[in-house]
Amino acid sequence: MAYRYLEDFAIADIAFEATGRDLKELFSSAADATMNVMVENLDTIEEREERDIKLRSGEPDMLLFDLLQEVIYYKDAEQLLLRIKNMTITRLAGAYVLRAVGTGERLDPLRHEQRADVKAVTLHHFKVEKTGGLWKALVILDV
Amino acid sequence: MRVLEFLIHQPYYNSRERKEIVAIPGALGRISEVVWELPVSYKQGMRVPARIYGTEKLIGEMDDAVYDQVTNVATLPGIVAHALCMPDGHFGYGFPIGGVAAMDVEQGGVISPGGIGFDINCGMRLVRTNLSYDEVQPRIREVTDRLFAAVPAGVGSTGFLKLSKQEFRKVAEEGARWCVERGYGWNEDLELTEDNGCTPGADASTVSDRAVDRGFNQIGTLGSGNHYLEIQVVHEANIFDRDLAQAFGLSDGQVVVMYHCGSRGFGHQVATDYLRLFLQVMESKYGIRILDRELACAPFDSPEGKDYFAAMKCALNMSFANRQMILHRLREVFSDVFGRPAEKLGIHMVYDIAHNTAKLERHFVDGREKTLLVHRKGATRAFGPGAAGLPERYRKIGQPVIIGGSMETGSYLLVGTEGGKETFFSTPHGSGRTMSRTKARKQWHGKDLQRQMEERGIYVRTASWSGLAEEAGGAYKNIDEVVAASDLAGISRRVVRLVPIGNIKG
Repeated sequence: MAYRYLEDFAIADIAFEATGRDLKELFSSAADATMNVMVENLDTIEEREERDIKLRSGEPDMLLFDLLQEVIYYKDAEQLLLRIKNMTITRLAGAYVLRAVGTGERLDPLRHEQRADVKAVTLHHFKVEKTGGLWKALVILDV
Repeated sequence: MRVLEFLIHQPYYNSRERKEIVAIPGALGRISEVVWELPVSYKQGMRVPARIYGTEKLIGEMDDAVYDQVTNVATLPGIVAHALCMPDGHFGYGFPIGGVAAMDVEQGGVISPGGIGFDINCGMRLVRTNLSYDEVQPRIREVTDRLFAAVPAGVGSTGFLKLSKQEFRKVAEEGARWCVERGYGWNEDLELTEDNGCTPGADASTVSDRAVDRGFNQIGTLGSGNHYLEIQVVHEANIFDRDLAQAFGLSDGQVVVMYHCGSRGFGHQVATDYLRLFLQVMESKYGIRILDRELACAPFDSPEGKDYFAAMKCALNMSFANRQMILHRLREVFSDVFGRPAEKLGIHMVYDIAHNTAKLERHFVDGREKTLLVHRKGATRAFGPGAAGLPERYRKIGQPVIIGGSMETGSYLLVGTEGGKETFFSTPHGSGRTMSRTKARKQWHGKDLQRQMEERGIYVRTASWSGLAEEAGGAYKNIDEVVAASDLAGISRRVVRLVPIGNIKG
């Protein structure tokens, strides 16, 4: 997955840059980057449960904002660690519509090495943009 | 006035934001030994100057982003006097951490979730005991291990209290009072909590189901990041004001417990919900333009602003309840370990105070008393002697101010002063970071750090080894310097420095 955490930016929080050849790839990377702040090794998350995710937004950046918030929501509401699969993003009546399946399992402290709890996605410097055929996102997570 | 030139570099500004900022050379004027000012000419749209507090050393080390963020705050509608940043200031989102801004609510002043933080009522509680270092030190592993089991920490952690979502909404309206009425605490705990542990005006109908989903099972939990619970000791050499220390119930050799946590997923979601809402109405309905979307806001006196204020108060109350339940567990653990009831162990609160909040307060601006909405984000209210709203026992001496330092270096108890009026009675909240978490986790290793700290007499338990490394003392500013700056500025005064011997990290 294409993401990297930024060392000299957002010193109290976690900043990352994600990339993808299209929005789907970008969003999957960003969702994994968010989950990877909370769990050291994403490969330890087994696909035991699924949650359907349907989101709609006028702008791609706020669609990503909402998707990352879903990941954070399930972590608190059901202690579920989710990765995003089977994503489709379509345009409908001027809006972006995202459908995906969140797959994962409940947090097990014995198997999932924890890092830091993510509180929220901030909009500070938040951006999604396409440059030279590559989509990029800059995200600062409040931890 | 001495002028220091600063290179203002904004490596990640996107093109849309850059257009809105007029690149005026950075010029920071020195107002006094520890007060620095950026004038309104620094950035287009500033309504008031920005003032940053700090010694020359702290200012020299301060994150560039602080200057950008505090001057963004200075552009918000209704702001009065100055946009402020405390000596522990560093890179935040929207406001800098350490940011304080007072809005005139009768002149279109706004309320902004970015001026409070996602962790609404992230705050500090200080609890004293009548146990001595000599009694606790031999059992520090046992008591820390027991606390680590009793106060859940880490990612998505849940508490022992099982509530229906409907009952949780009552907690959000009643705060720590809900806990004490059900036997999870003593009446005096409420007296020693800001707003008596229940901020009036909380309305759970303004809170989303998603916010409740995220928080209803998290009461009594620490969370993670920089949240902690620490067993500390008062040493004679660290008492700066003996009379005040005595008034707060502290003396040489005494063991105290300090903890730092907030409103957990509930508050985070309340802030997120209203950030989203404000973005939709801010410009289209109220014609407000801002320099950073994280500063999304609405007029305080608007339906959206009022709803957020009422929802935010629910999160304030949830957090008071959270820290109250932790106190209950703490009393149980100490009682079990030391074989005496909590009353016999003298487990009394010193105080509980938020450092991520917005409150309606009366302050003087240009000689006129006004009702202001004071945003404090990583800044602590520090009322001076005589202030209304202080517990009767502290009315004459001023408000206790609890400043959490890094887990390796120690923390402080300060007191509010009359001089605090220049910052709307606000002072720092902690050390303030100097190094990113991403860098810190490369520099230190959690298990090594735990061993090194134990060799220095600090026993640490953590839910996350990398999380522990991110909290290394070297990633923070020097707390003594931060507190000295506040003392020099006269916005609060040192009472006692507290040294850790046991720590639970989230």
